[in-house]
Amino acid sequence: MSELTLTLIKLGFLALLWMFVLAVLSVIRSDLFGAKVDSRAPAPVLAQGGRTPKPVKPSKKKKGQPGSVTIADGPQAGVGATLSAEPVVIGRGSDCQIRLDDDYSSTRHARLFQSEGEWWVEDLGSTNGTYLDGQRVSRPVPAEIGGSIRIGRTTLNIAK
Amino acid sequence: MSIASTSVIQIIPRTRRGVELMLLIIAIAVAVGAYINIGLTVQDRIPASTGYYAAGISLLALIAHMVLRYRAPYADPVMLPCAVLLNGLGVAMIHRVDLGLKQAAEAAGREPRSAAAPQQITWTAVGIILFLVVILLIRDHRRLQALTYTAGLAGLILLILPLVPGLGVNINGAQIWIRFLGMSFQPGEFAKLSLVVFFAGYLVVKRDVLTLAGHRFLGLDLPRARDLGPILIAWAVSLGVLVFEKDLGSSLLFFGLFLFLLYVATERAGWLLIGGLLFLGGAWFAYATFGHVNKRVADWLDPFNEVGGQVSNALMGQAWGGVLGRGLGQGRPEILGFYGQSDFIISSFGEELGLTGMIAIILVYTLIVERGLRTALGCRDIFGKLLATGLAMSFALQVFVIVGGVTGLIPLTGLATPFMALGGTSLVANWAIIALLLRISDQARRPQTPAAPVSDETIAMAVQKQ
Repeated sequence: MSELTLTLIKLGFLALLWMFVLAVLSVIRSDLFGAKVDSRAPAPVLAQGGRTPKPVKPSKKKKGQPGSVTIADGPQAGVGATLSAEPVVIGRGSDCQIRLDDDYSSTRHARLFQSEGEWWVEDLGSTNGTYLDGQRVSRPVPAEIGGSIRIGRTTLNIAK
Repeated sequence: MSIASTSVIQIIPRTRRGVELMLLIIAIAVAVGAYINIGLTVQDRIPASTGYYAAGISLLALIAHMVLRYRAPYADPVMLPCAVLLNGLGVAMIHRVDLGLKQAAEAAGREPRSAAAPQQITWTAVGIILFLVVILLIRDHRRLQALTYTAGLAGLILLILPLVPGLGVNINGAQIWIRFLGMSFQPGEFAKLSLVVFFAGYLVVKRDVLTLAGHRFLGLDLPRARDLGPILIAWAVSLGVLVFEKDLGSSLLFFGLFLFLLYVATERAGWLLIGGLLFLGGAWFAYATFGHVNKRVADWLDPFNEVGGQVSNALMGQAWGGVLGRGLGQGRPEILGFYGQSDFIISSFGEELGLTGMIAIILVYTLIVERGLRTALGCRDIFGKLLATGLAMSFALQVFVIVGGVTGLIPLTGLATPFMALGGTSLVANWAIIALLLRISDQARRPQTPAAPVSDETIAMAVQKQ
């Protein structure tokens, strides 16, 4: 067999070996750039297909609409979430978007969600209740910029 | 506003078994490609046995894949293809050195040694069978926690077994094999597995006292003197292995594993300091006392002091391979003889695939370790976390010690290159480790049982209608 053929076989084999390494790297890439998230309903369908769902593009915020919610004081001050399209759950549970380190809050305490172009605060049946500007939240109430939510001993500010 | 978009955001649990199948196909293509390549260059034709080799490796990989599909659907998709690739490449290289040794023997007019590759293929099959048994029998890794002390005792017995007169045999100066039913085994490989189970189970219980008690000195949290017991015992046992079995590699592996798990469980750097000092003390003691350790260090400091020595031959081979290698079948790894298939198999790859191939192989090991540590991060119970860390680190330590030795970075200590080196017990034990890691990763990646719905959709909808 000619020298050239052997060299080509050698390079081809090395390329194949590296192709495997790169394929594995692209598979585990999702771990480095965060797990894919989606709302609960379409999840089983997607899981079966094994496909990656396209990330939802954050909807453009209207003027005057709340853009973020942040913990105001205590050791967790500054922790928060941006309000884009997806609802934000607040509580002690590990599946919450804002995870509180507060013994007086419930595992899934309250949530913020968007409906008809407005943001709402809803209590998720918590033990100690959720307060928006001092008023106990018993049914979903609109959240406005500058409002403050109190959960257990934690205060969260709604900001632009 | 649809109901779906108001419901809670969740991470989509994906099984990714399809991805695993795709990676398996590439891995098998690499292994079979290596086999064909070797046939083309050494024998100038595609070997007739290619069909059997390809069918065998594909069948074994496919069975493992199907069992994962049904019994551990959320297991990590990357580990099985990586292990299959390394195993397949290892068999191909063992076959290549077989051919080289045969040619050399024929040229010298000697009777060629019997081929080692078929034996390794049989052991691969045994390994995959054990893989299946572990996946099918151990449905939940947490059951192993109940076996903590049993595993510790079993590990110690396995370690001592080669010293039993009549059972243990001395091969190449190391007393680490036993001969049983006409075959040799290396019980230390399984001792590694059961000792990791023991370390993990033990540290789950003791980590609090090992973490909290202690005093601060020079910015380091040092443990109390009476908590030093376990680490001293681990140190003494690994020194015992070194003294009585003359096995430098296993000794290093056991102590390293224990130290690393201790650090992971307690998050205290003080343990690393104490462990490092103990290691240095032990290493100095071994260097001063044992001739064979002394010789290893001498070979490391000056590999070319002995013309035709193992380390110098291995380094020469790797240098000859250069960046792209000689090409499969075009180097001369048979110069290292039997060692070109076992301890020095990485150097054989360095010679024939060059630096490019060797980096790829080391990366595949790194990926297995990374997935193991990722499994530990995702795992929900501490025992599982420590077990996965220990198993992943056992690969990392082994690869570091043997590849470091072969490339001249550290003194050479004989440890099996996982999945590649000739040796049945090691291969079978490594398949069991991969099975255990996959079982833990299935638990870690499986979707959590959904919490009871707290949110009241009807209220939300009623509000929206207002």
